[in-house]
Order: sequence, then C-alpha cells, then structure tokens
Amino acid sequence: MSVGGPVPMIDPTPLMVALPLIWAVSSLILSRPWRDRLLWLWLAAMIGAVAWLWRTVAAAGALEHQVGGWDAPLGILLRADGPAVAFIVVSALVATGTAVFASRYLRDEPGDRHFWPLFGFLWGGLNAIWLAGDLFNLYVGLELVSLSAVGLTALAGSAEALAAALRYLLAALMGSLAWLLGVALLYAGHGTLDAALLASTLQPGATAAIALALMTAGLALKTALFPLHGWLPPAHGGALTPVSALLSALVVMASFYVLARVWLQLGPALGAGAPLAGAMQLLGWLGAGALCWGSWQALRQRRLKLVVAWSTVAQIGYFFLLFPLVVGQSADAAELGWQGSLLMVLGHALAKAAMFLAAGNLALAIGSDDVDALAGVSHFLPRSLFSFGLAGVSLMGLPPSAGFTGKWLLMQSALASGQWWWLVVLVLGSVLSVAYIFRIFQKSFIEGPERDWFVHPPLRQDLAALVLALASIALGLGAMPLLALAGLDAAR
Amino acid sequence: MTLGEVYALAGIGLCGLGLFGWLANSNLLRRIIAFNITGTGTFLLLVGLAPPPPAGGAADPVPQALVLTGIVVAVAATALALALARRWYQVSGRVGLPEDEAE
Repeated sequence: MSVGGPVPMIDPTPLMVALPLIWAVSSLILSRPWRDRLLWLWLAAMIGAVAWLWRTVAAAGALEHQVGGWDAPLGILLRADGPAVAFIVVSALVATGTAVFASRYLRDEPGDRHFWPLFGFLWGGLNAIWLAGDLFNLYVGLELVSLSAVGLTALAGSAEALAAALRYLLAALMGSLAWLLGVALLYAGHGTLDAALLASTLQPGATAAIALALMTAGLALKTALFPLHGWLPPAHGGALTPVSALLSALVVMASFYVLARVWLQLGPALGAGAPLAGAMQLLGWLGAGALCWGSWQALRQRRLKLVVAWSTVAQIGYFFLLFPLVVGQSADAAELGWQGSLLMVLGHALAKAAMFLAAGNLALAIGSDDVDALAGVSHFLPRSLFSFGLAGVSLMGLPPSAGFTGKWLLMQSALASGQWWWLVVLVLGSVLSVAYIFRIFQKSFIEGPERDWFVHPPLRQDLAALVLALASIALGLGAMPLLALAGLDAAR
Repeated sequence: MTLGEVYALAGIGLCGLGLFGWLANSNLLRRIIAFNITGTGTFLLLVGLAPPPPAGGAADPVPQALVLTGIVVAVAATALALALARRWYQVSGRVGLPEDEAE
C-alpha cells in the first residue's frame, strides 16, 4: 500500500468476511491439535486485518469494495465507513476475548466440535452486517447471524437449551421476513436497494411508511425490544458461557445497528413532521419500558446468568433512546445523542461479554449458578468478582466507564433538544441497574459457613473476562479517537 | 388490475395467513409451515411488484435474484428448525414449546 496514494490496490475490507468464513470451514474439517494451532494463527490474522482496516479508514476515509468486481445491484457492495469500523473493532475485541475463554472452557464440554464453525460463521455474518451497503445484503447478513446464533444456543444440548433455541429461531425468522417484506416494498417503489441512493430518492408516502414500519417491527423483534423480549432471557441465560457472551454482546447489537442506520439514513427523507416524531418517541418509550421491566426482572432472578440476561433486556432500552434524541433533532442534540448511543452500545458489548464470562467463572468455581450460593465467594475469587464488578461499573454508568460517558452525552443531548423526560428515564435506569448489580455483590460478601471448597477457574478464562472488563472502562476514558472516526455525518 | 398486482395481493394474503398461523398455533411443525407460507407470500410480493419488462427488453433481474437467495435462506432455516423440533420431541416428548402448550 503506497502512502498517500488514491485508493490502495489491496484493501482489507473483504478479509473481514472472508477470514471468518475460511476459519468456519477449516475448523469443521480439522480436529483437535491442529485446530487449536490454527485458531491462534487465525485470531492473529483477524486482529492484524482489523487493525489494518482501522488505520486505512482513519487515514483515508471510508472504503468501498465491490466483491468480485460486480456492480451493485447484483453485486455485493461492502462499505467500510467510520461507524462500521468502530463496530468491527469492538466485535473483534469481544470475539477474540470470547475465543480465548472458549479455547479453555470448551475442553470439558460436549459442544467443543461444533462451536468453532458456528463461531466463524457468526463473526463473518456480523462483519457482513457492519459493512453491508444495501438492504438485501443486510437481510443475508442478519439471517447468517441468526442461524449461527440459534445453532450456538442449542449447543448446550439440554431440553431447556433446545426450547430456547427453537423459540429464538421462530422469533428471528419472523423478524427477518418482516424486514424482507419492507425491503420488497421499498424496492417496488424506488427500484434500488442501495441505502445511500434510497436516502436521496425516497418519496414520503404510505408505501415508505409501511415499509419502514415493517422493517422496524422485524428488527425490534430480533433485538428483543420490550415487549418483544420474551425469547431473549432463556436463550442467553441457558446457553454455554462463551455463547451467552457472544449473543448478548454482539448479536443483539447487530439488528440494532441495522435499525439505527436505516432510520439515520432514511428518516430525514420521510420529511420531518408529527408522524415521524411520534414514531421516534414511541421507540424511546418502549426503550424506557425495557429499562424498567428488564431491571425489575433482573432483580428477581435466582440464577446468576439469568440476572445478566435480563440486564441485557434492560440495557437494550438505553439503545433505543437514540431514536427520539437523534432522528429529527437539531444538529447539536443529534451529534451528542449519536455519540452517547455509540458509547452505550459499544460499551455494553464489552461490559456484557466480560460480565457473562465472569459469571461463568463464578458458577464454575462454586459449582452452581444460584445467586444464593455466591455467599462467601469474595474471599476466594477476588479476580473473577473483580471482573464482574468492573463490568458492572460500566453497566451502572459510574465514571470513568463507557457507560458513564455514554449516559452523560445522552443527558446533554436530552437537555439540548428540550426533552427533559429522557433525563428521568436515564436516572431511573441507573438506579435500577445499581440495585440488581449490588444484589450480587451483597450476596458474595455474606459469610457462608457451609461452603468451604472452591475450584479456581483457569487463569486464561479469568484473564479473558478481566481484559474485556478493562476495555469497557478504557472505552470511556479514550472515547475520542472512536467518536472522531464514527461521527454522525459518517453514519448518514 | 395487472397480473403483477394480483400476485402482490395474493402475496399479502399469504403473509397475513402465515402470520396468523404462526401466532395461533402451538404445534411446532405448524408454526414452521406458517413461517414458510409467510416466506412464500413475501417472495410473491417481491416478484409481483417488480416493474414489467419493457417491450422486447429483458425483465429486471434483481427481484428474481433476491427471491432465489431468499428461498435458499428459507430452506436452510426450515431445515434447522425441523432438526431442532425433532430433537426437542426426542428429548421432551412434546410437539410444542412449554409455555404455548400450557395455555
């Protein structure tokens, strides 16, 4: 790559999808010793490619790549802009941490053989979503992610896991079809699937409104927005630990990312007016409902992983504050709201992955997933509990975490756009999350007389959780480069 | 009314039928079939709403390509759903999910 050249001849964009797919296929063929060796080589290649893409886009701006040289609309367009790169970097962090954890954790689990191919397909599908330049490839990406996520959910093999996987699959399939139906209507009306082109040619009217409503409903179902969240807690709470981390951190983020980009690109073209503002307020209020109901349920759960899974339902509520705060608001308020949402979403991915991995370590150590069984664990497992706590700091929104910076920016945005009621929602959500996270701590500091043995989780698993938790704190401290790269202008 | 519009209306009808079946049934096999009916309706709508080919020209290939891809995805998803439902039946002896059957 020549420095300062117009467009580099070899660009790293297609590697984001190709490398995970290569791993998915080769891990299916190879068995134990060779697969483990290839895993490290492949992870190093992925990290290298992601770093390369980041540097290229930060230096030269967004990249566009036509796979195989085929033009849109029949070809596949990959568009690596600022927000896409931010999501690629964070999902690479989460996926690498989870892979390190899983490489040790799965040795004793029956799902070992099938985890790795599905992991590869999931990562490839996620990167395809971050990079997709048109609505139909988003559909393919969403389906790839859903199908591998369902397979991963079922890996635990128990009856509960199978029921959770089926429930998840039925919800995800209907969500995808609703999306596709919306895409069909948009294509019929405008003759293009290119998101950027649609934004400039979209004609406001009943067809566009119905199409966007269908797409939004489908994606809300896939993101598990309250009150469509029923499938999430059993699926995320009952899966194997590394799977829970991937599902809660990344998969939920994928359908939200699509929804956010669709509204940011197409929302303004619908024309500002009462219906648009009303729809955005409705999405925000559903988010507020998720925040309250999810936190309340998290507070009541007896199993540790279900507490974390319900906390995901609650945190998804924060994501949806993006819509009333950004779409159709003044430039200042929208920029603040976008930056805040970006930090909330990306910070949640890192913190939630860390929290699930730490919860898995705790459950492994005490041989039980019961919150009450945590009594006295603080004496023996400071490392696992520390990771859990750091992740909790970010979810509660205490400084200096990404959760704090994100909420701070969202509050600024709510003030700038004169929507004081979202301030109340943000404060209420923080108080509720403090309640359910401190409940876990309270249990772990109780002196437990009856339990006197603990298994120490493998060092590799503790480190994976710790590094991800530290990353969620670091994101709050060092948010500027990321926000500079992924500004609101780049997302539109 | 053109032939395309008839197809599109039939597609909408199938979608509604499928959605109803998906919501109203507890039997997993029926729900999977309902999903397929909704999918077929969506594909019919996609093709039906495509602009008609100009005189002597070729039809717009994009809707056909989309529907073909959509069918492949739907077949894969159906296979996965059937495999899971079969395993669920073997493990639990039930044909529906617990909370649906309790109603």
